Amino acid sequence: MPEKIIEVRQLSKKFGSFQAVSDVSFSVYKGDVFGFLGPNGAGKSTSIRCLNSLIKPDSGTVEIFGESITTHRESILGRIGSIIEKPDFYKYLSAYRNLEIFSRISGKPSSKQEIYKMLDFVGLGGREKDKFAGFSHGMKQRLGIAQTLLHNPDLIILDEPTTGLDPQGIIDIRNLILRLKNEQNKTVLLSSHNLAEIELICNRMVIINKGLSIVEGNVSDLMNGENLILRLEASPMPAAKNALLAWKPSLIWDNVGDSSVQFPIEKSEIPALTKFLIEQNIEIYSLEAKRTLEDYFIKIVNQ
Amino acid sequence: MILINSIYNEIIKIALKPRSYLGLAAITVLVGVIQFALKADGMSIISFVTSSFEQTLTFEGNVLNGNLVAFIILQMLLVQIPLLVALVTGDLVSGEAAMGTIRMLATKPISRVQLLLSKFIAGGIYTLIVILWMGVMSVVVGKLLFGTGDMMVLNSDGLVILQEADVNWRYLGGFAVAFLALFTVSSLSICLSCFTDNSIGPIVATMSVILLFTIIGTLDVRVFDPIKPYLFTTHMAAWRSFFEDPLPLSAIWRSVGVLVAHNVVLISVSLYTFHRKDIQS
Repeated sequence: MPEKIIEVRQLSKKFGSFQAVSDVSFSVYKGDVFGFLGPNGAGKSTSIRCLNSLIKPDSGTVEIFGESITTHRESILGRIGSIIEKPDFYKYLSAYRNLEIFSRISGKPSSKQEIYKMLDFVGLGGREKDKFAGFSHGMKQRLGIAQTLLHNPDLIILDEPTTGLDPQGIIDIRNLILRLKNEQNKTVLLSSHNLAEIELICNRMVIINKGLSIVEGNVSDLMNGENLILRLEASPMPAAKNALLAWKPSLIWDNVGDSSVQFPIEKSEIPALTKFLIEQNIEIYSLEAKRTLEDYFIKIVNQ
Repeated sequence: MILINSIYNEIIKIALKPRSYLGLAAITVLVGVIQFALKADGMSIISFVTSSFEQTLTFEGNVLNGNLVAFIILQMLLVQIPLLVALVTGDLVSGEAAMGTIRMLATKPISRVQLLLSKFIAGGIYTLIVILWMGVMSVVVGKLLFGTGDMMVLNSDGLVILQEADVNWRYLGGFAVAFLALFTVSSLSICLSCFTDNSIGPIVATMSVILLFTIIGTLDVRVFDPIKPYLFTTHMAAWRSFFEDPLPLSAIWRSVGVLVAHNVVLISVSLYTFHRKDIQS
């Protein structure tokens, strides 16, 4: 059993009469890239703020590296690097000066060379002396990542790290997270609205909604359920639709362009359907069975 | 060590923030304007004051010297300086909350008490620099421009003449008490800064408190008499006591005591509030 890095038990937090988080529990293990999913207002940011000791929970416990964040705050925070919501820096200071300031109180102050190397690593080489105020959103995110990694933390907490980035920026951050996991065996907790991103990067995840943790487990296990969406590209399409109705009169499909439809199906039904369509002289160009995290997420959240 | 690093950070942030130089620039301009005015037409102002004594006293030598000019300047400006201090210190916590950087700082392995203490200390250092600059501009530049000599001070007890050799230590003492008074303003603004995420609010609130307390202190209403001795604004002009003869030591120590007590209370309230605060910005 891998070492448990984060253990959150029955975490609850109320702001006035609003219950932001209610009874949230989850565990993150060493080497996990752990997805933290939930719609807006689900309580993700509140939970992450509790992990970083920014807000104090009303009840429940947060243990990181086997110790309580309440009693061992400083020693735990020294081993965490985080971006919460968005990286905010001093607008009137340069990229270098900003990193220097945060590094000085990180517990492991970095040398000038280390800061320059980190800026280079996140693609901000040559922009060291530029003021933060003049940075694009992508550059701000990169500087945030640099700040997170500079003191070589064991646990990295990234809250929506790809928000507002261009496609190349998203790929870069994604690759960076995978490198951190694969090359340095870092543990990453990733909160994101980009469900495809979670699907691509994370090995484990928790879904929370309305302040409650709904489901937790391996991404692959949660994705491999029996209920699938099948996308069929066939010709002629009117004949294919008639055949589908003949095969199952209750079938309801969505049109995807002129030559495709998609509909829910059980995994065990796919061979019989394929055989039936061929017997009806339908030309099948493609059959794509999928169960996306998005489908799963929407289904879970709407329950 | 992390406290020292944090103090260094705070000093760097103040030093690199353009707003920090506004106070120093304002002092330079204001003192310069007053010195220019006194140089141009100072003797007529002095004659207006001394005319009432001329039947009994004869004034000889350089009456309008640097020592007197500095006193006039301090009397005129030490009322405005709190605004210049609050402009920087009132922003130290709430400005970070408004920018979002307080969130970044609070996720670092430094205790909130150390983080806030470093801001109080940096605020104190900035206040000291403001006072020192005020001293350089008024006393040092004043003496360079107007020369030196015995100092004539008109206070509530009448005219006091201080020997030239007896003046410098009085200025040192006066500036020390003025620093303590301004540090109280700094502490008040940082304390108010802990209650809000708005960077302008604490600055306006600090000036409002000073204005309110000053009005209460000057109103001749008996109901306010019991609280007047405990208002910090009552003791903000305590620096002037150093230019009385004999020196009212008990009054000076009382003022120092009230100001120190204010600082202790304000810093304690700030630490308690900041330690318990949920950082949601």
